[in-house]
Amino acid sequence: MHARMLPYLLILPVTLFLCVFFLYPFVLVSQQAFTTGGGFTLDNFREVIGYWKFPISLSNTLLLAAIVVPVQLALSLLMATMVSRMEKGRDLILYIWTIPLGISDLAAGIIWLAIFEQSGFLNSMLYGVGAIETPINFLSYQNPAIVFLAIALAEIWRATAIMLVILVAGIGLIPKEYYEAAEVFGASPWQRFRRITLPLLRPSLQTALILRVILAFEVFAVVAALGGTLFPVLMGETYAYQFDLLNSGAAAAMALIILALSIASTLVILRVLRIPKGARI
Amino acid sequence: MAEIKIKNVAKRFGSYQALRSIDLTIADQEFMVLLGASGCGKTTLLRIVAGLDAPTEGEVWIGDRRVDHLPPRDRGIAMVFQNYAVFPHLTVFDNIGFGLRMHKLPNEEVARRVERTASLMHIDQLLQRYSGELSGGQRQRVAVARALAMEPDVILMDEPLSNLDALLRLEMRAELKGVLAESKTTAIYVTHDQVEAMSLADRISVMNGGLIVQAATPVEVYRNPAERFVASFIGNPPMNFLPAQNEGEGKWRVAGHSVDGPNAGGDELVFAIRPEDMHPSATGIQATAKVVEPLGPHLLVTCDIEGAMFRAVLDSDMSIRAGEAITLAPQAGRIRWFDPQTSRAVA
Repeated sequence: MHARMLPYLLILPVTLFLCVFFLYPFVLVSQQAFTTGGGFTLDNFREVIGYWKFPISLSNTLLLAAIVVPVQLALSLLMATMVSRMEKGRDLILYIWTIPLGISDLAAGIIWLAIFEQSGFLNSMLYGVGAIETPINFLSYQNPAIVFLAIALAEIWRATAIMLVILVAGIGLIPKEYYEAAEVFGASPWQRFRRITLPLLRPSLQTALILRVILAFEVFAVVAALGGTLFPVLMGETYAYQFDLLNSGAAAAMALIILALSIASTLVILRVLRIPKGARI
Repeated sequence: MAEIKIKNVAKRFGSYQALRSIDLTIADQEFMVLLGASGCGKTTLLRIVAGLDAPTEGEVWIGDRRVDHLPPRDRGIAMVFQNYAVFPHLTVFDNIGFGLRMHKLPNEEVARRVERTASLMHIDQLLQRYSGELSGGQRQRVAVARALAMEPDVILMDEPLSNLDALLRLEMRAELKGVLAESKTTAIYVTHDQVEAMSLADRISVMNGGLIVQAATPVEVYRNPAERFVASFIGNPPMNFLPAQNEGEGKWRVAGHSVDGPNAGGDELVFAIRPEDMHPSATGIQATAKVVEPLGPHLLVTCDIEGAMFRAVLDSDMSIRAGEAITLAPQAGRIRWFDPQTSRAVA
C-alpha cells in the first residue's frame, strides 16, 4: 500500500460515519423544512415566523446570549488569567472550577430550580434570617426579571468553564518572553493584558466564543427547568413543534433558522477576531 | 551618565544559589560582556539588572539611582531577548514603537524615532510587515531597533545572536558593535560564545558557579587568566596545564625540563601555557604527537606529555606525523602559573 494513501484511509471511517449520520439526516431535515407534502415551498418558514411566539422566543434567545456570553467571556478571562499565574495548586483549582461541565444542562437547571423555587434554598434562607415572612414565588409570571436572572445565572454557572479551559490552554501557548519584553518596554499589567494577552489569544477567543454562542442559541433544558413556558426560546419552540404539535416540517424550519443564526454569528466572530497573515505566534 | 553598580548581589531560587556575591561596576558607555557556561548565573544577573528578577540580597544602581526596587520601566533600560520577542501581532513599525507608545511619546516623535532606528538597522523597507513574514536575521534587527528607539541609558542583551546561523552571526556582531558604539549607551551583553565576547567587549566578566571569576579586558582575560577556570574556558583550544615541582631559586621542573618561574614557596605549582606559545626546539619538553590536524594557517598537534594531554599550535609548514617524538619549548613571557590548591594565578 502507498504511504500517501494511509492518511486518507485512516480518516475514511469517521468521514463515512459523519456522512451517514450527520450529512444525510441534515439533508433530510432541510428537505422537510422546504416541503409540505408537495414540492419546494417556504410555507413552513412562513408558519413559524408568523406565529406570535416567534418574535418573543427569538428576542429572548438573543437577549440571553447577549447578556450571558459577555459576562462569561469576562469571567473566564479573569479566571484564566488568575489560574495561569498560579504556581501551585493550579490543576486542583481548574478541576474544581470545571465541575459544572460534568453536569447535564437539565441537572443544572434543576439545581438552580432547587434554589429559586417557592420551597427552595433561597426562600428558606431569607425566611431563616427573618427577611421575609412568607415564601416568595420568584419564578412566576409576576417576576419576569427574576426568571431571566435565574436562567442567566444558571447558564453562567454551567457553561463558563468551557470557555475557561479553552482560554487557559490559549494563555499557556503565549511565550513568557513577550510579557517580559512588554514589561521592560514599559507596559503596565493592564496594558500587558490588553496589548499582549488579548491579541495573542485571538485564536482561542474565536474558538471559545463560537462554541459558547452556538451553545447559547441552543439553550433549552435550563430554560425549561427554570422558566417553563414563561420564557419561550427558539429551541423550546422547536421542541414544541416536533413533540407537542407533531409538525416536523415546522420543527425542521426552526432548526434551520437556529443553524442560520449560528452560522451568521460564527462568521461575525471570525471576521471581528481575524488575524492578519503573518501575525500568528 | 549611566554607570551601573552591582553591589553584593545574591540570588537564591529555593535552595539553589544562582548568584553568590556579585560586585561589579560598569562604566558609562562601557560594553560589558558576561561570559560563562550555561547555569553560571549570567542570565540571572542580567535579569536582575533589568528588573525581571529581584535580587535576594544586594543593590543595583544605574547612574546615581538605586533601582533594585523599581519596575523595569522606570530603570531607563531596554533589552534584546534571546528569542527576539518581536510581538507577532504587531507590524515592525508598531514593534519598534511599542516602548515609545507605552511611555506616551507623541505620535510624530514615535514615527521619527522608529524611522531613524529602522534605517539604522536597515529594516526601513519592512516597517509594514508582521514578524511571521520576517527571517530570523530580520527579527533580530527589529529587536535591536526596538531597544535603540528607546534611547536608553543602558541596553541589555541576552544571547542576542545565538539563534542566528554562523554567517549571519558574524555580520550582526560587527554591525552591533558599530551601532552600539555610536549610540553611546552602556551595554551588558550575555553570551556563552567566547569569540563573540572577545570581539565585542570593552571588558569581559567571566562567570562560574554564581560568581564573577575575572572582570578584565579581552586581552587581559586571554593572556592573564586570574584562575585556572578562566584559562581552561577561554581560548580554543584552551590553555595547557602541566604539574611543576619546585627546584628552588625560581626554577621549576616541568616534565623533566627546567623552567624559570616565580620565586615562591611551596613544592608544587601548575604550569600553564597557550597552545600557540609552544615552539619546536632543540631542548625543551619531550612530547609524543598523537593526533595531527592541519587547519590551514597552522597545525594543531595533540600530544602526550608524561601521560597528560597537551596541545600545540605549530606552523603548518612543519611536517609532523602521529607517533613521532617532538621537543617543544615554551615562549618565556607567556608562561602562567596557578596554585594547585586554590586554582588562583601565582605571579
